[in-house]
Amino acid sequence: MEPLQIADKIKEKFPEAVVSASEYRGQAAVVLKKESILGVAGWLHDEPDMSMDLLKDLCGVDYFGKKEPRFEVVYHLYSIKHRHMIRLKAQVPEDDPKIQSVMPVWKGADWHERECFDMFGIEFEGHPDLRRVLLPEDWEGHPLRKDYPLEGPGPDKEWPAYKEVLDKAKRFKEFEWNR
Amino acid sequence: MVLDNTGVVEIEEGIKVVPGANSIITTIDKVVNWSRLSSIWPMTFGLACCAIEMMTAGSAHYDLDRFGIIFRGSPRQSDVLIIAGTVTKKMAPVLRRVYDQMPEPRYVMAMGSCACSGGVFNTYSTVQGGDAFLPVDVYVPGCPPRPEALMDGFLRLQDKIRKEYFRWSRFR
Repeated sequence: MEPLQIADKIKEKFPEAVVSASEYRGQAAVVLKKESILGVAGWLHDEPDMSMDLLKDLCGVDYFGKKEPRFEVVYHLYSIKHRHMIRLKAQVPEDDPKIQSVMPVWKGADWHERECFDMFGIEFEGHPDLRRVLLPEDWEGHPLRKDYPLEGPGPDKEWPAYKEVLDKAKRFKEFEWNR
Repeated sequence: MVLDNTGVVEIEEGIKVVPGANSIITTIDKVVNWSRLSSIWPMTFGLACCAIEMMTAGSAHYDLDRFGIIFRGSPRQSDVLIIAGTVTKKMAPVLRRVYDQMPEPRYVMAMGSCACSGGVFNTYSTVQGGDAFLPVDVYVPGCPPRPEALMDGFLRLQDKIRKEYFRWSRFR
């Protein structure tokens, strides 16, 4: 099925869920309201004409100062049977950064959602084990948010374990030979 | 070659040979430094893409073994820690622990731009150079440095060890 046809089918089936649909260079993207994501994802997975059995990617986007609502969670879906794909974008507002987890539909969403939570602070409701996946567990902040300082929050707000290493290096210096 | 009236031959500055007696006269410094620089054992510890180049340098084509450089699997048997790659803040405690487990005398080489200065990664998660928490002896720049550059780094470390003075006893 052509990408725009899939987008039309989604619009037909869920008229109140779709905000907009667009095509660029043969790839279609459907912008959805966040409440409907699990329903649309489940339908795309189970419907025999769609059978989107592969979640290729799940990632977050921050449109800080450019667009409202601020966040988007993007789902790249692919059907191994029909060899067609579609991109879903779910809008997530800043004041309530929560969205339903798609783990019941695709098990592989597990670490993707954890990474998205780690980097953007978007909470996935229904995820069984929502912890940070890349950064240390006691890290403060979500670094891929555009208002996070690129070079870190500064030396006084350093991650405690790294601060400890710096302290240790200073203390152990006197025990070195020829230093 | 200098012959003095004792019959001792000075073959190099500070090293004398007694002809016929099969003996060498020199300082402990020279013997200790010579043995140390002839068997630098680095720790097998890679952090990023520089580790690939480090492995290549250890392979048959570039052959670090001919310098007496043999990679060891344990920090207890190692003399050199090569910081081969980007040091993240999350990895820093691990790196420091590996260094603390190494016995004296120990040396640190910073391999690649990331380990020297943080490289292009001037970000929240990256340590801006391994020398933030480790005493680095030799800096090998490059992204990543070729095996020849790493070898040059080892030769410079050898030069450094050769010039050491009285570093074989705590009772000085």
